[in-house]
Amino acid sequence: MIHPHDSVIVTTLSRLLIPLVQLYAVYILFFGQYGPGGGFVAGVILGASLIFGVLVFGPEGNPSGLAKKVLHGDGLGLIVFAGVGGLCLIGGGEFLNYANLKIPGLEPSARRSLGIVLTQIGVALDVAVAAVSIVFSLAFFGHDEDSHA
Amino acid sequence: MLTFELPLLILLLITAAGAILVKDLISAVLMLGSYSFFLALVWAWLGAVDLAFVEAVVGGGLGTVFFLLTLFQTDPKDQAIRRTAPPVAALLGLPLLGLLLLYAADDLPEFGDPASPASVHISPVYLENSLQDTRTPNVVMSVLMDYRGFDTLIETVVIFTAGIACAALLRRTSV
Repeated sequence: MIHPHDSVIVTTLSRLLIPLVQLYAVYILFFGQYGPGGGFVAGVILGASLIFGVLVFGPEGNPSGLAKKVLHGDGLGLIVFAGVGGLCLIGGGEFLNYANLKIPGLEPSARRSLGIVLTQIGVALDVAVAAVSIVFSLAFFGHDEDSHA
Repeated sequence: MLTFELPLLILLLITAAGAILVKDLISAVLMLGSYSFFLALVWAWLGAVDLAFVEAVVGGGLGTVFFLLTLFQTDPKDQAIRRTAPPVAALLGLPLLGLLLLYAADDLPEFGDPASPASVHISPVYLENSLQDTRTPNVVMSVLMDYRGFDTLIETVVIFTAGIACAALLRRTSV
C-alpha cells in the first residue's frame, strides 16, 4: 500500500514538477507532427505524471483527485479516435479518411492534418487512462480482501 | 562506425544478464530499466528517434513503475528462488539457433540501403507525398495516423483492452 510521502523536499519538488511534466506531455502531443513524439508517448507521459502524483501524495491526497476521475475515462480516447473515423463516414468518404471531414474553408491536406491531431488526442487519452488504471489496479484495489483471506 | 555500437551492445548484454542473474528482484527491475535506456540509445543511434522515445518512456519509466508496484505487494527479497541448471537440449540447441540466425543475417540487406526491398516498395510514396497530402513533416506520424490509421485504431483498442483486463483481473473492490 502506498502512503503519502512525508518528506517536504519530495512533496514540494513534485508539486513543481508535475505541472511541468504535464505541459511537456501536451507539447509532445502537438509537436508529434513535426518531430519525434506523438499521441502514444504523450499519453504515457501524461499518465506517468498522474501516477507520480498518486505515488507521492497517496491515493487520498489532493492532487490525486484528477487521477481518480481519469479512472472513469476508460474508452474515452477510443471514442474520440473512432468518432473522427465516423465523422469521415458521415462526410461521405471512407472510414478514417480525414480528407472527408466536413469542415468548410479547409483544403483536404489541412483536413488530414487536423484529423491526425484529433486522432492523436484520442490515442493520448486512451494510453493515459490505461496507464493510470493499471497502476490503481496493481496498488490500490483489493487489499482489504487480501488481509482477510 | 563501431565506436558507439560496440559499447552499447556490451552494456545491453551486461544489463540483460544482470537482470536475469541478480537475486534481489528490485535490483533486477532497475537493471531492466537501464536496459531499456540503453536500448533507447541504440534506436536513437539507428535513426529511429520516435521508437527511442517510446522505449525510454515505456520501458524505462512506466514499465519499471509497474514492476516495482507489483514487487511491493510481494516479498522483494524472495530467497526461495532456485535456478536449476539448463537442460542439455537448450545448451546445444540455442547456440545452434544463434548460428543459424547469424548465417541468415548475412543475407539481410545493408542497414539504410536505399535499394533494399523494404525501401523501394511503398516507402518512397509516403516520403514523397506526406507533406502535400497531410501537411505533416514527420512521415512516421503521417504513416501511423493517416495512411495506416486503421492499424493505429486497432492498437488503441489493444491498449484499451489491456487496461480493462487489468481492472477486471486485479480490482476486487469498488473505488
